[in-house]
Amino acid sequence: MSITYLEAIRAAQERALAENPNVFIYGQDVGEFGGAFKATKNLAKMFPGRVIDAPISEDAIVGAAVGAALQGMKPIIEMQFADFSITGFNQIVNHAATLYWRTGIPCSVVIRLPSGGTLGGGPFHSQSLEAIYAHYPGLIVLTPATVDDAYWMLLEAVEIEDPIIFCEHKYLYYHLKAEKISEKDLPIGKARIARVGRDATIVTYSAMLHEALAVANELATEGTELEIVDLRSVKPIDTDTIMASVARTGRLLVVGESWPWGGVSAEVIARVCCEGLSLLDAPPQRLNSKDTPIPYHPNLWGSHRPTAHSIMAAVRNLLNL
Amino acid sequence: MLDGKTKNASTNSEQVEKTIKAFKSMLLARAFEDKMIALYRAGKISGGVFVGRGQEALSASCGISLKRGDIFAPLIRDAAGKIAFGEPVIDGIRTYLGSRLGPMRGRDGNVHFGRPKEGILAMISHLGAMISAVNGCLMAKRMKGETGFVGLASIGDGGTSTGSFHEAMNQAGVERLPMVVVIANNQYAYSTPNSRQFACKDLVDRAIGYGMQGHTVDGTDLLACLDVVGRAVDLARSGGGPQLVVAKLLRLSGHGEHDDALYVDPNLKKSPIGRDCNVVAEEILINNNWANRNEIEEWKTEFATQVESLVKQVVQEPQPDSNTEDWCAISSRNLMDTFLNNEHHLS
Repeated sequence: MSITYLEAIRAAQERALAENPNVFIYGQDVGEFGGAFKATKNLAKMFPGRVIDAPISEDAIVGAAVGAALQGMKPIIEMQFADFSITGFNQIVNHAATLYWRTGIPCSVVIRLPSGGTLGGGPFHSQSLEAIYAHYPGLIVLTPATVDDAYWMLLEAVEIEDPIIFCEHKYLYYHLKAEKISEKDLPIGKARIARVGRDATIVTYSAMLHEALAVANELATEGTELEIVDLRSVKPIDTDTIMASVARTGRLLVVGESWPWGGVSAEVIARVCCEGLSLLDAPPQRLNSKDTPIPYHPNLWGSHRPTAHSIMAAVRNLLNL
Repeated sequence: MLDGKTKNASTNSEQVEKTIKAFKSMLLARAFEDKMIALYRAGKISGGVFVGRGQEALSASCGISLKRGDIFAPLIRDAAGKIAFGEPVIDGIRTYLGSRLGPMRGRDGNVHFGRPKEGILAMISHLGAMISAVNGCLMAKRMKGETGFVGLASIGDGGTSTGSFHEAMNQAGVERLPMVVVIANNQYAYSTPNSRQFACKDLVDRAIGYGMQGHTVDGTDLLACLDVVGRAVDLARSGGGPQLVVAKLLRLSGHGEHDDALYVDPNLKKSPIGRDCNVVAEEILINNNWANRNEIEEWKTEFATQVESLVKQVVQEPQPDSNTEDWCAISSRNLMDTFLNNEHHLS
């Protein structure tokens, strides 16, 4: 029996609904239909009145979640695609994210963003928006890369009183499987050393973790050992774990699927340069998608975002700097 | 559609009491806002001052039609309604003057304050955004099994043009919430007249499109406002679904005190909607022998004195201090992101 990343998200929601009477799910097609990706399959039947179909109104969906949270409820919002959260952006960054600072009342909502590219997704069903949400104060932005993290981080997110942007990767939904859900290990806020190495550090998160691991395994056959840091959370960023890894390896590549301008990779490099320039034996490098909308055709999409192939090239370059 | 034109004053004593209470809220709001204007002109207030002059009758009718346990999302011209709902006037004074003892502790200012735990939401500036928040409060109450509650959100003519407004109105209709949305059509959104804001004949015509019942009212007439808003609230409370009230009135001020509002059509000022609702209400009370002119003058003096004394108190209160300020935007302190470099320089 194995469990996919998507099934882990569904299982976490089922458990949250079962254990916390204040939890409810609100989003487009999440009810009887079970969600566009089936992340809420059967939940409406199991928890009547608590898995609620919403009109196509991202602004009002998030606004309602803020109101419900004020009344002590714990809404889990499913955006059908991360890309569409932009139509609810105002409520997320100006309402949910400012509430605690302004009024002292925490805004306890989880907003799930089915993120990242899949084959044929195109410009409006492929985006990775962690950076723009992380830019705003008042939000916690999570980017689970493993089946265990998808499960445990979502459950933990439900217990956190602040607004959570939960970036779950659509490519991993079906492609990533585990034998079972393991025991919970790291809490939210801690990065994981996904692979121990000595020659260079790759800091990455979400689906790019698996591309980076593939590169590391291949390079290991040549005697090069990469250390890989899975951020897990991009806000907050676990700077300590990154710095400790860079101190060990002296070389840094940051890989992210989102666009290059600003963003998580820029932030990680800025922190390492500001706090530990002397730890570096070479200029830190980053690899992101190309600075264009996300293309539809597989020939273009395959080169738009980083892949094991392009990460390999970037690592080889880094090792020779 | 119901058309509220209440010319025959009720003599029901409960009604009289309610009218007087609403009127006093209007007077207190006016006294408070007049003082804020004076302080603004004296350079004592950072940022702007935004007043509800000309909208007090409508606003007070909203606040007074609600009960404890209801949800109220006021907007920038709702001092009277907030007072009528039970918010202490000192909250506004503290927010304008940035007192650390105020509800926003100097972190947000002027009209952006509330008591969300007590059902008064603290507006954000983006128009229309508060309506869905009220919807969510009502959905939550319903899920928790509460009954007999109602939500009321204020908006202006300009705010009805936002996508947020449309989404939230539709949502209230789909969920068939006990919701009342009150549009104060004060003819101008900042400087933009109705003719550049919407193309429908009357905003109330939108009600049917949202699955709501629509009501119109003369926003300068306190009795009409009490009647129509009160009826809409009662209908929502008793299971009649969401209600839309559109009040016609004129903003008797600039958008804010920085705005001389020279763009306002002089003919509108002379028209019936240009009447000062406080003066109209005063005449209603006097003509019905519910209060005499001396009493009303005494109330005005009393409120002006009350506001003066609260201002004297608030200016003595601690202001926020950047050194002791808690610069953390989330409640989960263990998840606060740290930007070490900045902190090194500060220490």
